[in-house]
Amino acid sequence: MLKRSLDRYLERFSWVTFFLDVFRIAAIIIIVLGVYNTVIEARYTSAQWVTLIFAGLAQGSIYALIALGYTLVYGILLMINFAHGEVYMAGAFTAVFLANYQANSGFLARSPFLAILSWLALATLVSTGIALLLERVAYRPLRNAPRLVPLITAIGASFALQYTFRGMYGTEFRSYPTVPALQGTVSVFGSQVPIVQLIVIFAAIVLMVILYFYVERTKRGTAMRSVSEDHDVSRLMGIDINKIIVTTFALGGALAGAAGIFNGLFRPQGVFFFMGFFPGLKAFTAAVLGGIGNVRGAFIGGLLLGVIESVFPNLILEGLGIPAANQLRDAFGFTMLVIILIFRPQGIFGERLAEKKA
Amino acid sequence: MDEKRTPTWQIILRSGLLGGVIATYMCVIGIVETFSERLLIGSFFSLGEVMLVFGMVITGVLAARELKGKKNYVSLGGSLLSGLITSLPLIILIIITLLFVLRPAVQGAAFNLRDMFVNLSPELVEILTFGQGLFPGIPLLILFSALMAALGATFVLPSRRWRMGLISGIAWTLVIGIFSDTVQQIFGRDIASFLFLNKALTPQAAVIVFVIAFVVGFFSVHTRVQSRWQTIPPSQQSRARVILLLVALGFLLVIPWVIGLFLSQALFMVVLFVVIGLGLNIVVGYAGLLDLGYVAFFAFGAYTMGILTTTGALGRGGLNFWTAIPFCILLGVVWGLILGFPVLRLRGDYLAIVTLGFGEIIRILALSDWLAPFEGGAQGVLHIPYPSFFGFTMNSPQSMYYVVVAGAFLAAFVTIRLRESRLGRQWMAMREDEDVAEAMGINLVQTKLMAFAIGASFGALAGGVWAARLGNIFPHSFNLLISILALAVIIIGGMGSIPGVIIGAFVLVGLPELLREFTEYRLLMYGILLIVMMLVRPEGLLPEATRRRELHAGEEENIEPVPQTPIGSDR
Amino acid sequence: MTAILSSENVTKRFGGLVAVSQFNVEVEEHSISSVIGPNGAGKTTFFNCITGFYVPEEGEIHFGGRTIQGLSPDLITKSGISRTYQNIRLFANMTAIENILVGQHPLLKSTWIAAIFRTRSQQEEEALAAEEANRLLRYVGLTGLGDQLAHNLPYGAQRRLEIARALASQPVLLLLDEPTAGMNPQESADMMHFIQRLRDDLGTTILLIEHDMRVVMGISEQISVMDFGEKIAEGTPKEIQGNPKVIEAYLGRGAAAGLDLESQSTVN
Repeated sequence: MLKRSLDRYLERFSWVTFFLDVFRIAAIIIIVLGVYNTVIEARYTSAQWVTLIFAGLAQGSIYALIALGYTLVYGILLMINFAHGEVYMAGAFTAVFLANYQANSGFLARSPFLAILSWLALATLVSTGIALLLERVAYRPLRNAPRLVPLITAIGASFALQYTFRGMYGTEFRSYPTVPALQGTVSVFGSQVPIVQLIVIFAAIVLMVILYFYVERTKRGTAMRSVSEDHDVSRLMGIDINKIIVTTFALGGALAGAAGIFNGLFRPQGVFFFMGFFPGLKAFTAAVLGGIGNVRGAFIGGLLLGVIESVFPNLILEGLGIPAANQLRDAFGFTMLVIILIFRPQGIFGERLAEKKA
Repeated sequence: MDEKRTPTWQIILRSGLLGGVIATYMCVIGIVETFSERLLIGSFFSLGEVMLVFGMVITGVLAARELKGKKNYVSLGGSLLSGLITSLPLIILIIITLLFVLRPAVQGAAFNLRDMFVNLSPELVEILTFGQGLFPGIPLLILFSALMAALGATFVLPSRRWRMGLISGIAWTLVIGIFSDTVQQIFGRDIASFLFLNKALTPQAAVIVFVIAFVVGFFSVHTRVQSRWQTIPPSQQSRARVILLLVALGFLLVIPWVIGLFLSQALFMVVLFVVIGLGLNIVVGYAGLLDLGYVAFFAFGAYTMGILTTTGALGRGGLNFWTAIPFCILLGVVWGLILGFPVLRLRGDYLAIVTLGFGEIIRILALSDWLAPFEGGAQGVLHIPYPSFFGFTMNSPQSMYYVVVAGAFLAAFVTIRLRESRLGRQWMAMREDEDVAEAMGINLVQTKLMAFAIGASFGALAGGVWAARLGNIFPHSFNLLISILALAVIIIGGMGSIPGVIIGAFVLVGLPELLREFTEYRLLMYGILLIVMMLVRPEGLLPEATRRRELHAGEEENIEPVPQTPIGSDR
Repeated sequence: MTAILSSENVTKRFGGLVAVSQFNVEVEEHSISSVIGPNGAGKTTFFNCITGFYVPEEGEIHFGGRTIQGLSPDLITKSGISRTYQNIRLFANMTAIENILVGQHPLLKSTWIAAIFRTRSQQEEEALAAEEANRLLRYVGLTGLGDQLAHNLPYGAQRRLEIARALASQPVLLLLDEPTAGMNPQESADMMHFIQRLRDDLGTTILLIEHDMRVVMGISEQISVMDFGEKIAEGTPKEIQGNPKVIEAYLGRGAAAGLDLESQSTVN
């Protein structure tokens, strides 16, 4: 029995598979070793882990909302909207001025709920606008071009947007004002979790549920799903492809705008023109992790990535004795991306897109 | 289906608004104000004005293009009218600035729009109203806008000769104005003082340049030379070509001594990116593997050179430049294999993102404290010695220029030889259709790894040379921007073609070095340039012939049906 | 004569769909055999299993004494199998000559280092390869079109180029996937004769997927019929023509009853 599998393995042997297997085993060993060490040395209390996990979930919610934008566009157009991170930045960077104005004028203190709502409205408006602009100007003319071309355009658009906003709003770092009504912590599983985080997580879930129902139950949503299956057949069914694509970009943009505000609540500092780049990449990682093109997957992927980023450096790297593990936190996200794409490109929920046609 | 004819008023409105939006954009992002420091002609016409005018001229071009068939007064009048419309968004901008920036500032109010839109300044209003205040500033603006639109129309409407003349005249005047520094360096003090006053063309000089350029364009000197060239018999052509090549070579060798220190440094960077571009060209252009993490190989080369040759604490090996270079190349090959291996099964977008991930991972690792004992961490590697050549220490940009040119020749040589070989065909077949290539007996793993390895070796070579030139290297320099820049060089220059890479390097690396004012907006321009190129000319400026055919597939030439010889009828 | 290619119980599934089911076939050396069946029967999928593009879930494929299922496509090609495609898959942006040169890949030996230094042996090999490529071009009747980009060629020329490319590796077994698709009767007849020439001149074994019954019946020595992934009949052209199951597969249930079977014969 064992000999049979061994024989079959040797028959199909190739150096590539061999090294990938070695890599896979090494990765597992490293992870296990690191976790073991950390747990054994009891470096952190369980309360601290809970704190880390919730922070990760909150950050992950933001990734998730951005990831939804990537996954929706990829599902419909089979292209990576490289500039989606900047769509996110546009809303967040614009609304921060409104937020600070309201904080200065006292409006924020008087009616925080309305204030935050107005931020959401503004950010969503701007982000959606930018997303639609991108679609109309940069992507629509290139819909039939070979895959490389729209990707390059997207990269160019990403830079153009970054530096446009830099030019418009300046190079200074801005911050969202702290919302007095949302300060404070709640006791969850034995540790104090900031209320803000819980709100962000909850709000993201609500948005996700709304989106889910939209995509699954409404006419437009069904049209979206059919377009992502097959453009030509959808057209034959009388669906206006352009309108659907525009809707998709608008949805992605709106969610990214919301994500920008949630980020402003969760992590108020660091609003500037470049703030969208890394979250964009990480959100893309999340989308791939969950299975690109899969809405549920993007959301779960986002949450998962957030938690991994938050927990793993302490969990694994410190256990291995790597100094200043926090510096490598960003690298973790990228490493995850690389590992997923190599070992399980369809992600958690994804189906292998029909790879080959002969 | 009949093409709907857009009504004239709609054309005018559309072009006007589009130009207006562009002009307003230029103002809001601050490029007009920043560039207004840079005078081009006399003391009144600055680069900032050029940026402002850009939108207005575009209006004219667009309107004239669509109104071309109509009667003269319609097309010209239409362009003027759309120019008027172009000024409207600008006027709105002035009013907004007045109401929400200038007045609050005077009144000491809490809210000032300038906190958000940092470029709505009194200076901007000055520029827009020609320093004349609201009145007659705004009417002047409207008039100016209309005139500029008319100028744009003259780029489209008149006969070819006049068009060529005008475009040539204006282009050259602007170019010489912008590159006044460079011109000064090349042609020396005397000519410079005649042409320029404080880095700007004197009005008289501007007129002279304009007239000369106009004449050149008008009489189409360029096309005449070209047609003259065609009439030379082929044997003489090839001889002439060889002579030209030798002249170019001589030029190449002598140029650093002609253009001085600053420009030599710029040239060094250009040729460096030619080497980088050639390397990426093999990976992306020939093998079709979209690599967004190419900077990693550049970094490995630089760090190898650094660690092997530095006299500082991190040094290992105590080698000199020449003995270290082969190690740089070797390490490039090795890392090309290592980073190429995991991505063998990936295609297209995924490949791009993973390679981007690799590049970033390596940058973060280079910065980390963890690896600092080995490679210096954030402090980098210092005290990298200059190479020495038969006793000469090559510490000037000129001398290093020769080294990098040698590198470029090496890279080009290998590229050309491989392109015509079996391996080159393997790459191209794989790029065209991976599955069928495999069915032809091509081992994809080997072919891809070869592309990565050889491409990486060029990058590492460039890195090693750069490290020696700089003397100190820091991890911050090895970032995504370099990968993107390299990609832009080969894409805008023309993928798969060596002249394309050279042009791309000159445009994307050389020009920014020469135009220091542009630094703030450099990346913005790259971004916009990439978008525009992809929309208009995706094959690049000087593409490999086949690529152009691929990307303009809809407009292909149809060859005549060939008289079909029955299959197998002749052996 | 020996069976050069044999498939035993080859089964290929895609998720829930069984594209090829327990397919057995033996192809005699130097023969011309066909696989026919309605659209979607699984014929091309079967070809893909032979060439290594797919790995069958069950069953084995043997070629020239070796087990080849599960090997990578490039190894299978190197052992002597070549194919053309149902939808022409030339290297569109390479010239005709370059396409054929790529086809010669398994036969060329010079290394990339030799290419960089342009050694004598590499130059000789390239020259010979170019000569052979031109010969193949002439053989398929495309003289003079060598420098045309593949996607600029007219349809018929593209089909022939694909065959030339497949022949370039001097295969022992040639798989042709609908070689006469889109051709008029004269061209199909020419193709028929050409295929026979290939076998007669070069000794190549040919396995054909075809829909044009004149061609199939005209040159095949053995025909296997597929429907819904299974083999439903096998035999000589005469046997197949009279087989009611085959007729039903193509024309639907009950069709066999309404046909005068004798007059359908087109052999000879």
